[in-house]
Amino acid sequence: MEEISALLDGFAIALTLQNISYMFIGISLGVLIGVLPGLGGANGVAILLPLTFAMSPTSAIIMLSCIYWGALFGGAITSILFNIPGEPWSVATTFDGHPMAQQGRAGEALTAAFTSSFVGAFCAVVLITFLAPLIASFALAFGPPEFFAVQLLTFCSFVGMSKESPFKTIAAMTLGFALAAVGLDTVTGQLRLTFGWTEMLRGFDFLIAVIGLFGIGEILLTMEEGLAFKGVTGRINLKVVLQTWAELPKYWITSLRSTIVGCWLGITPGGATPASFMSYGLAKRFSRHPDRFGQGEIEGVVAPETAAHAAGTSALLPMLTLGIPGSPTAAVLLGGLLIWGLQPGPLLFIEHKDFVWGLIASMYIGNIAGLIVVLTTVPLFAAVLRIPFSIIAPVIITVCAVGAYTVHNALLDVTVMLIFGVVGYIFKKLAYPLAPLVLALVLGDMAETSFRQSMLQSQGSLAIFWSNWLVGSIVTLAVFLLLWPLISMAFARLWRRAAGGRAAAK
Amino acid sequence: MDREDATARGPVSVRAMELIAAAALMAIGVVTMADSLRVGAGWASDGPQAGYFPFRMGLVLFLSSGVVFAVNLIGRRAGRRAFVEAAQFKMVLQVLLPSAAYVALIGAVGIYVAAGLFIGFFMWRIGRYPLWKLAPVSVLVPLALFFMFEVWFLVPLRKGPLEAFFGY
Repeated sequence: MEEISALLDGFAIALTLQNISYMFIGISLGVLIGVLPGLGGANGVAILLPLTFAMSPTSAIIMLSCIYWGALFGGAITSILFNIPGEPWSVATTFDGHPMAQQGRAGEALTAAFTSSFVGAFCAVVLITFLAPLIASFALAFGPPEFFAVQLLTFCSFVGMSKESPFKTIAAMTLGFALAAVGLDTVTGQLRLTFGWTEMLRGFDFLIAVIGLFGIGEILLTMEEGLAFKGVTGRINLKVVLQTWAELPKYWITSLRSTIVGCWLGITPGGATPASFMSYGLAKRFSRHPDRFGQGEIEGVVAPETAAHAAGTSALLPMLTLGIPGSPTAAVLLGGLLIWGLQPGPLLFIEHKDFVWGLIASMYIGNIAGLIVVLTTVPLFAAVLRIPFSIIAPVIITVCAVGAYTVHNALLDVTVMLIFGVVGYIFKKLAYPLAPLVLALVLGDMAETSFRQSMLQSQGSLAIFWSNWLVGSIVTLAVFLLLWPLISMAFARLWRRAAGGRAAAK
Repeated sequence: MDREDATARGPVSVRAMELIAAAALMAIGVVTMADSLRVGAGWASDGPQAGYFPFRMGLVLFLSSGVVFAVNLIGRRAGRRAFVEAAQFKMVLQVLLPSAAYVALIGAVGIYVAAGLFIGFFMWRIGRYPLWKLAPVSVLVPLALFFMFEVWFLVPLRKGPLEAFFGY
């Protein structure tokens, strides 16, 4: 098979001493970024992008993608040990990961998280290896209605699967869309919601929102507990690792389901965050012990981590083959490619074979290296958060401010970041979910464009979303997920009535 | 019920905060709708107008936050528990206010000097570190950032009079 031989060529490129050392540096930096709240995967990659200008594009993308894996792994460490999601996609890991740590099963949780991540990412890389050449032809059939349907599916699954009030979820989501609409409308050239402030031309950048909501907001929330990141000691020894590894194959169905969800949401615009939430929700619905979720159920760690990593990795597939980033971080990597003068798309596979297959080969190695690095150095990275709060808090806030500033070299952005921080604090306390807000901010423009183009095609009729089997099935699934809480409530009531009736008849 | 009221008092109750937040969201929804109508939220000859999508988003925002508002107005679920206890609120302000000052200072003295002052202040006021301990950290961290961004990455950040004095 042609793919295998290309892959072997890629390994030859990736396995140079120089590239391997870049991999390890990248992973370590990535884990550090993933561990520190507020330094986000997308933002971290963005800040470190200039670092790579002196390197060859192949080495550069290898290092950047390893930073990405590292961040994916690292987010789990703080989620489990400190109940602080280092990344938006590790929020779902806190639900069961932290209770496990509090019960003294931190090593188990961490091993489960890292191994699930590895499995998810590995499957995704295999998928990329074989699907990449096929994707182009399929995606040609994807029109605006299909794109919008997938985005709709993502948002509806939030509403249906979220543990928060659906009205608060919808409010957060539509707030994100409204914020995404601020600024210059590229289609009509009109200014929306700017109220005469030219500074608002650019609109709200999701990076600023992410830093504010999840970084500053988290720090403010932590402050309530006092001046310490109160964390659980994370000790991993070989015995715990092996024990957990022995136990994990039990959850192969969850793994498989989460991998599929992750790969699907990574390839289509969704990304690791909705993938982690959706797969957590699904695991809970299909589990035999749904009430154990949230109390320290290991499946509640396996599901989101597998999905998040599968999504994060497979997000690179449309990025490489079509130039469509499947996640915010993939979007940043896309920017890097363009800076190096490489045009992503089908031609990339023909004109720059070395680059593409070197990258794909490095994904395999990077994942294995990442798993090793992270299993062995957890106490080290966890120790970073034991530096006295009065030193580390202002440093983190400073780095956040620097990060926010570097996005557009705009002072206003830093102020906006602070405002988002306060919003994030209030929202978290009032149980308004943040993930739909961020997702709507990221995908808002894309979703609106797909919607508009669909409406243009259909001349205003909504029927276009049921015009063919592909769109129709996705939209139906979306509506089903949206109404799921009502449906399951109705079912439960019918069931109880039937059971009551039968009991009475006896 | 008694137990809830007996817990620490705070500046604002959960119910009040829920109402404020929902009302704020409703207001944002209305503003979005109003501005969308200004640009036009209907169907132009060549397709949906610029305000088409935002108007509907604003409407849904208004409705869903309206539901939250109504639920909290009528129901007694939220209770009179404090949204944030007085002691906790003080802690949060201790981070928020210096951070706000820091952001405000960036425009005046540049991001590095502001960071140094911020870290120094924090360590002094909250960590209660003596001057000889906090001075090195509050000088070295911005200095490290400076070298990383100005010299190594060549990414220019906001600078102030001090850097200008040195020729940057």
